[in-house]
Amino acid sequence: MKSDTFWRYATLAPAVILFVLLTILPLFNLLALSFNEIEWVNREAIWKWVGFRNYARLPNDTLFNAGILNTILFAVVAVAFQMVLGFWLALMTTRVTRLRIFYRTVFILPILVPGIVIGAIWKLMYSYDFGIINQIILWFGGNPVDWLGNPDLALMSVIIVDVWHWTPFCFLLMLASLESLPQDIFEAAEIDGAKRWQVLRYVILPLMMPAIIVTFVFRMILAFKVFDEIYLLTGGGPGTATEVISFTIYRRFFTEDQSGYGSAMSLATIAVIAALIILATRFATRKGPEQ
Amino acid sequence: MTDHGRAAPLARHAVLFGFALIVLFPFVWIVMASFKTQIALLMGQLSFSPTLFSYDAVINGKTSDFLTNFKNSSIIAISSTTIVLTVATLAAFSLYRLSWADWVLRILLAWSVIFHMVPPITLAGAWYTMFRSIGLDNTYAGIILAHTTINLPMALWMMGVFIKDVPKELVEAAQIDGAKTPRVLWDVVVPIVRPGLAATGILCFIFSWNEFPVALTLSQRATATVPLGIGKYAQENTIAFTEMAAASTLSIIPAFVLLIVAQRFIVRGLTSGAVK
Repeated sequence: MKSDTFWRYATLAPAVILFVLLTILPLFNLLALSFNEIEWVNREAIWKWVGFRNYARLPNDTLFNAGILNTILFAVVAVAFQMVLGFWLALMTTRVTRLRIFYRTVFILPILVPGIVIGAIWKLMYSYDFGIINQIILWFGGNPVDWLGNPDLALMSVIIVDVWHWTPFCFLLMLASLESLPQDIFEAAEIDGAKRWQVLRYVILPLMMPAIIVTFVFRMILAFKVFDEIYLLTGGGPGTATEVISFTIYRRFFTEDQSGYGSAMSLATIAVIAALIILATRFATRKGPEQ
Repeated sequence: MTDHGRAAPLARHAVLFGFALIVLFPFVWIVMASFKTQIALLMGQLSFSPTLFSYDAVINGKTSDFLTNFKNSSIIAISSTTIVLTVATLAAFSLYRLSWADWVLRILLAWSVIFHMVPPITLAGAWYTMFRSIGLDNTYAGIILAHTTINLPMALWMMGVFIKDVPKELVEAAQIDGAKTPRVLWDVVVPIVRPGLAATGILCFIFSWNEFPVALTLSQRATATVPLGIGKYAQENTIAFTEMAAASTLSIIPAFVLLIVAQRFIVRGLTSGAVK
């Protein structure tokens, strides 16, 4: 029996050690860093205590404010479009039997491709001079658009890429949920003389709510991490038009070598995101079906 | 009214097919661009004679690190996947079959969810500082450790889903027969969860292969991965668009091959674990 206890701990230990050393310890490390200014001299870190000064800088940092705002705007708009489009397409295409494997391959492909490659693809397509999108506009007699260089359009252009990137996945999840609903419910509703939108509003939507919430939360989490596509498409520009929070942290911590300030920003971001996710989950579950 | 007002089958098919074309078109476009000369691309020519020039430049070019990037990505993705599969399988087996108290399970799962929600770049700074002070910066080991940790939450709850499917009686019977825990795990559990291991492993491999921000912060030229190599093209003053397209096309190949040959595992992984 002794060896059983040993193995019980031995099997769980690697995961716990990994979590402690690489997630919990770094959080304390960030906390310590955030009260200091760090200078590197010959691979040696020189710490200088600055109290709350790093945190005090945050509210006045235009890049940080733009980063938080753009990230929230990006996440909310992109995910909203993906959910609605994915849901609508699933409603339109239920019970597709032909070419299933072909469709599934096509719709899974975008999420298995590196984000940086998604950025590269759209950088080419959005190009002012030779991109296919401006070429099509020219064919129809319009004027070319500076999709990524115009500060008023850049964030929208980036959101379009994300909608293209993730709508297929939302669609697959919505479709799977829709196909798992008992079909006789629709027939019963039909016999009762329910109108189409009534069936949608009072039958389909409530039944699909769990799948909708799961997809929504999953997408929101990923949307807040956005980095790769924007790194390649705009680099956060023009100006601060597409600056997102991961970008600001990267810039402050690594490009500008402000470890202390970057750490304060990291912790503030974690706090903001945690608060937002809790709020969103509360909201989503409150709006859920009354059971 | 017979089809409760849904679109006719033909229209349904047209919508779906149109959607698939919109999703597929950008990929076709970038593969086409990779076979064009820079001039043909800039002129926007639709008909062109395909050339392997860009591939030659990416693979054999003096200033191109692409082969090194490919080697680095392979080493990092395969190592981190192997480690995370081992760690997650052991932990999931321990949590679900070795009678841990409920709070242990809850705390570990809750923490992995919280960590999964946080953008990795927020911890990358701390990883960089810690790794640098113990000489792990710009090494494979540092990036492998980071990727292992990033994938651990997903691997943990995916393997949890699969291990919960292993009948308790089977494990208990083996234990009563006097089998030690490693034997039970290797002879009873692993053969049953093999499809789950495949599903989890494929996703972990692809996510490590694709991961960008953390690799960007933890590596320099010698350990740079494929996404970093592609990202570098966009940083040049005059972007070599066709070479960027060729490098992008090459970088998709591993995921594409896996999607074709192991689709059922990927679908299973995405539906059973990644989302739930």
